[in-house]
Amino acid sequence: MADLRIDFAGIKSPNPYWLASAPPTNSGYQVQRAFEAGWGGAVWKTLGDPVLNVSSRFGANHFNGKRVVGFNNIELITDRPLEDNLKEIYETKKRFPDHPIIASLMVEPKREKWHEIVKRVQDVGVDGFELNLGCPHGMSERGMGSAVGQHPDLVEKTTIYAKEKAEVPVIVKLTPNITDITVTAKAAARGGADAISMINTINSLIGIDLDTWNTIPNVNGKGAHGGYCGPAVKPIALNMVGECARDPEINIPISGIGGISSWQDTVEFMLMGAGGVQVCTAAMHHGFRVIEDMVDGLNNYLDEKGISSVNEIIGASVEKYTDWSNLDLNYKVVARINNDICINCNKCYISCEDSAHQCIDILTDANGKEYLKVQEEECVGCNLCSIVCPVEGAIDMVELPQTEPSMTWLERQAAIQQS
Amino acid sequence: MSDSKQPLISIDKLAKVFEESTPSYNAQEAIDESNRCLYCYDAPCITACPTGIDVPAFIKGIASGNIKGAAKIIMEDNPVGATCARVCPTEELCEGACVLNHSTKPIMIGQLQRYATDWAIKNEQVLFKAGEKNGKCIAIIGSGPAGLSAARELALLGYEVIVYEAKREGGGLDTHGIVPFRLPKDISLWEVKQVENLGVEIRTNIEVGKDILAEDLVKEFDAVILAVGMSKVPMLGIEGEELDGVYDAIDLVENVKINGVTDEDFSGKRVAVIGAGNTAIDGATISARLGAKNVKIIYRRTEAEMTAYDFEYEFAKQDGVEFRWLMSPKRLIGDDKGHVKQMECVRMELGEKGEDGRRHPVEVEDSTFTMDVDIVVKAIGQTRFRRLIDHFGLEHNGGVVQVDPQTYQTSIPKVYAAGDVIFGKGQGEAMVVSAAQQGKEAAYSIHKQLNKSRIETA
Ligand SMILES: Cc1cc2nc3c(=O)[nH]c(=O)nc-3n(C[C@H](O)[C@H](O)[C@H](O)COP(=O)(O)OP(=O)(O)OC[C@H]3O[C@@H](n4cnc5c(N)ncnc54)[C@H](O)[C@@H]3O)c2cc1C
Ligand SMILES: Cc1cc2nc3c(=O)[nH]c(=O)nc-3n(C[C@H](O)[C@H](O)[C@H](O)COP(=O)(O)O)c2cc1C
Ligand code: SF4
Repeated sequence: MADLRIDFAGIKSPNPYWLASAPPTNSGYQVQRAFEAGWGGAVWKTLGDPVLNVSSRFGANHFNGKRVVGFNNIELITDRPLEDNLKEIYETKKRFPDHPIIASLMVEPKREKWHEIVKRVQDVGVDGFELNLGCPHGMSERGMGSAVGQHPDLVEKTTIYAKEKAEVPVIVKLTPNITDITVTAKAAARGGADAISMINTINSLIGIDLDTWNTIPNVNGKGAHGGYCGPAVKPIALNMVGECARDPEINIPISGIGGISSWQDTVEFMLMGAGGVQVCTAAMHHGFRVIEDMVDGLNNYLDEKGISSVNEIIGASVEKYTDWSNLDLNYKVVARINNDICINCNKCYISCEDSAHQCIDILTDANGKEYLKVQEEECVGCNLCSIVCPVEGAIDMVELPQTEPSMTWLERQAAIQQS
Repeated sequence: MSDSKQPLISIDKLAKVFEESTPSYNAQEAIDESNRCLYCYDAPCITACPTGIDVPAFIKGIASGNIKGAAKIIMEDNPVGATCARVCPTEELCEGACVLNHSTKPIMIGQLQRYATDWAIKNEQVLFKAGEKNGKCIAIIGSGPAGLSAARELALLGYEVIVYEAKREGGGLDTHGIVPFRLPKDISLWEVKQVENLGVEIRTNIEVGKDILAEDLVKEFDAVILAVGMSKVPMLGIEGEELDGVYDAIDLVENVKINGVTDEDFSGKRVAVIGAGNTAIDGATISARLGAKNVKIIYRRTEAEMTAYDFEYEFAKQDGVEFRWLMSPKRLIGDDKGHVKQMECVRMELGEKGEDGRRHPVEVEDSTFTMDVDIVVKAIGQTRFRRLIDHFGLEHNGGVVQVDPQTYQTSIPKVYAAGDVIFGKGQGEAMVVSAAQQGKEAAYSIHKQLNKSRIETA
């Protein structure tokens, strides 16, 4: 059994899985159920000045028969009174002292506002704060959430305000609705953040109802953009974590969020530099018990790899993530089709023919049976065929022996300059 | 045999006979299954379908919610696509060719086809419009899948089409001969209606050769298509065949399917079905559903030679039908009221290979025995309409009308033939789907010939 405990910016957690600040952490009842189910920690549904919510609020992207490939919401921060939340945080913490509770906070970017809420929440006893500078809808129209998170100077200031009163670690949750997330990440670091978390949700509109022509979701015939999350956003989130992790000026822990639905996703985020992860949509889609396989699978993975603590994988892939200019121009892979596994659906053929480099042939063997073959000289090694192939193992992308020494584009430019 | 058609079948037995044995997909099942389709390039299922339905294209339509488009793709290639969705031996055809056989399990193409066509039936969709009239007129004899398909294609090409049908309703064996729990009559009649909606006139209750003469048709029409299928089950040629309680499987099915009656109550009876082809399976399974206590299929060869498909064999076994291989009936013995009560059989063994490549069954000496039976159902194939064929004066081989395999022209150039009437002796298979394809091809061939002669005379 590998050791799954983490110490994230000074916050100790029995495992790296926290519920993200969202509906699953709306109340003490829910968070206690989550801890019973096996979640390590919880970031409480964002606290702030009371709001009103609308109905309906959620939409989902279903694709080719798979439900909830992506999820979207126009929900605001908590709509429950602050006193109720604080009472329940206190009770939950008392019942589960070893499970960290992080209070997510959002108020206007004013010093007194932040001082006030940090003090009030701190008094009931929390393990950390997460500054919600990321919600892209509703609150941003009132100058909060991503309206703050999109301005590096406001991010820095807000972090400073919170840090001035906080006695526990402060995590700054960043918005992905920005061109370069490392800019706001650095602003948070400058403001003294103990850690950053990413990503909050992405601006989105799920769809339009083909009969009523209303938006999805709609509120009495009108809609507004919402925040996108769930499996579809994972690659975007993973890149943002990676970009921050490899930036030499960002040296604080990162909490990975966005589309994490399995132990595999978790391993990937941690390899790319996340010190722990947060999950929302997977729990909303399947209930708290999805944590069971997430924990078990992570454990077995680490055991199989002979890794004793989950902390050992944090950031292990970061050095492999670089700029395009550092990639080897003389490295080559080609597609090779294993005809004994191939089922002859010809999907690779048509994809290469129509959208790649026309280098797969449909040939006929001595018995009149069709088979597929790649013209390796023509193949550029783009991966398209192996991506569309429905059968595991039917197409391998194989490395060709390198005929010329490695050379990156930067090295090439430098060589040209010299000559 | 009693001649009054009393309702001898109880309500629950009738329900069993008329309820489809395979439930249809609900919307979610259809979406789940259609999303499994790989959408192969140059998909083998298309080639495996005798009518060449663009299977991946219609499955895509179901997956995307374009069910009308899916139904149209199916019916365009196959005018009896709703019937075929239920009765095609898909394991041998499209599903058998699915590449997923090599990795997981094939797409249930038949079920998806049924889902799309059922949707079109339920939603009363108009899928096709007749072509502009070209002034030519074609007569078709028989409104089974071959005749209907030919009529549909000719109507789309602008021909005036008149179909002569001996029975009261169109559809051929689809309407009358295939057991209702595999193919409800309404499905077949919807297909007939689709063709009629294109302006095709189906003149029912007219038997060509009796009510109307072949030579008149040949004279009056620009071309004639013979699509009369095959006839009754042949006589066994044994003593006692005329006894009460001895049935022709096709008549039995028709009586139940069309009139909801049988000549006697099958409840609790012991039924022996003679033969082991598709018709025997239908005869046996309908007997089981009618309440027979015990149903045995008696076949003179073995499991290996039986012509019924594997899925039919399984289906019959699930209905509790027993199979008795290597035995043949010699004599039927009646009681004092002239009703069959026993069947004398002889054991068989397989001898030399015959012309058809199958080993010939020969009697085992001194092996006769009798079994007690209450009902005997004859299902040893179908005879040919020899009289009609001779009436036309067509060349044939033992009742199988000879055609040019490319043009479907018979020995009389104006007369074409398609479907079961040309089946046999190494020519194709007796299936609804191949009859439909032949009907289509005969129609195209007529179109080609008539246009050619127009160009030549011009
Ligand atoms: C019991 C049984 C079960 C079967 N099960 C299946 C199955 O599961 N799957 C499958 O693919 N195939 C099955 N078949 C075979 C299939 O039904 C036939 O291959 C198909 O119906 C042939 O079509 P057709 O149009 O050539 O002839 P038919 O369907 O036989 O139609 C011929 C039509 O011509 C009419 N006719 C005949 N003589 C005249 C005349 N002189 N004047 C006017 N009209 C006339 C008849 O009344 C009939 O309506 C089954 C057959 C039988 C008997
Ligand atoms: C319905 C809903 C409400 C949310 N509310 C909040 C919130 O109040 N505060 C916050 O910081 N993030 C909120 N989020 C964002 C999530 O915490 C998380 O960052 C995002 O959903 C990405 O993770 P996921 O892909 O695992 O869902 C919300 C998400 C959803 C779906
Ligand atoms: S890797 Fe790309 S170029 Fe090479 S065969 Fe596959 S699809 Fe074609």
